[in-house]
Amino acid sequence: MKYLLYLIFPLLFSNIIIAQKVATFDNYTTLEKEILSDKNTIYVVNFWATWCAPCVKELPHFEKLNSENKSVKVVLISLDFKNQFETKLLPFLKRKNIQSEVVFLSDKDYNTWLPIVSKDWSGSIPATLIIKNGKKIFAERIFSSYDELNEYVNKNIN
Amino acid sequence: MKILSSLLVVIATFLFSAFTPDAPTPYKIGDKATDFKLKSVDGKMYSMADFKSAKGFIVVFTCNHCPFAKKYEDRINDLAKKYKPKGYILLAINPNDPGVQPEDSFELMKVRAKEKGFVFPYLFDEGQKIYPQYGATKTPHAFLLDKNLVVKYIGAIDDNVDSASEVKEKYLENAIAALESGKTPSPETTKAIGCSIKAKQ
Repeated sequence: MKYLLYLIFPLLFSNIIIAQKVATFDNYTTLEKEILSDKNTIYVVNFWATWCAPCVKELPHFEKLNSENKSVKVVLISLDFKNQFETKLLPFLKRKNIQSEVVFLSDKDYNTWLPIVSKDWSGSIPATLIIKNGKKIFAERIFSSYDELNEYVNKNIN
Repeated sequence: MKILSSLLVVIATFLFSAFTPDAPTPYKIGDKATDFKLKSVDGKMYSMADFKSAKGFIVVFTCNHCPFAKKYEDRINDLAKKYKPKGYILLAINPNDPGVQPEDSFELMKVRAKEKGFVFPYLFDEGQKIYPQYGATKTPHAFLLDKNLVVKYIGAIDDNVDSASEVKEKYLENAIAALESGKTPSPETTKAIGCSIKAKQ
């Protein structure tokens, strides 16, 4: 019995560690205030979900941007379904060893918060937002390579 | 010379517009929607004109594969059950090209409709002629039409994809209620969230 506990305890613990890394917000405005408001940081924010195939495909480019482009901070905002947070999102992050900051946004009232991000957002993902000194540059598009993404970001922050 | 160049501009404009294929303008509130004749999973063809005594139509573009659309399957089925006796006919249309998304083939539509016990015609937009005329871009994407096929509401079904029980605003049902009582729906449009429609490549 004791051995079983030894076995199970670290397993539980590892789940907790992963879970702690992903802050959860049920409201976009709060998320923006808490996560995206440092005036000295340039944020590259990617809206995505594990169920969105084109999003998953471009994720490695954002991971590379986060590690190689030192002038920006990448934040990955997951729009996964609430009941898939534990079953899909967390295992995905672990499996892919995602290093960028991941935030889970459970705010499903899209018609309220999408226009706060950009009035041009039709409602599809992936979508990418750059925030520099409180100014927002929004793009509802797919980046098919790291170079394409990096060029786009550099063009918009310099 | 000046006249010649203006003439050239006119000719160029004419040529350009003449040879640019007309991308249809997406429907706006108040436009008259086109009827269609599309095959359903029961093998029959359906048109809105078949429903002579209908008070209105709920046209929902949806599909098999999209996780967002799946979340709404039961809600769409419930809407169809609830509003048919009231005279509002729900017609679901799969707009996707199965060449791009094999899960959205007509054969698999039949399978899905049976699994989920769909009570509404689940139509296949063969050749993708209908969805561009409506201006649908997502699955699910809902259009409410009155009995004369005038567009009264365009957008999302409600404000919570996660669960029907957490919905605060039932956009589509509110619009039906407004139509029923002769009022203007508020809002008349919302953003439809979901998967992009898969066009033939």
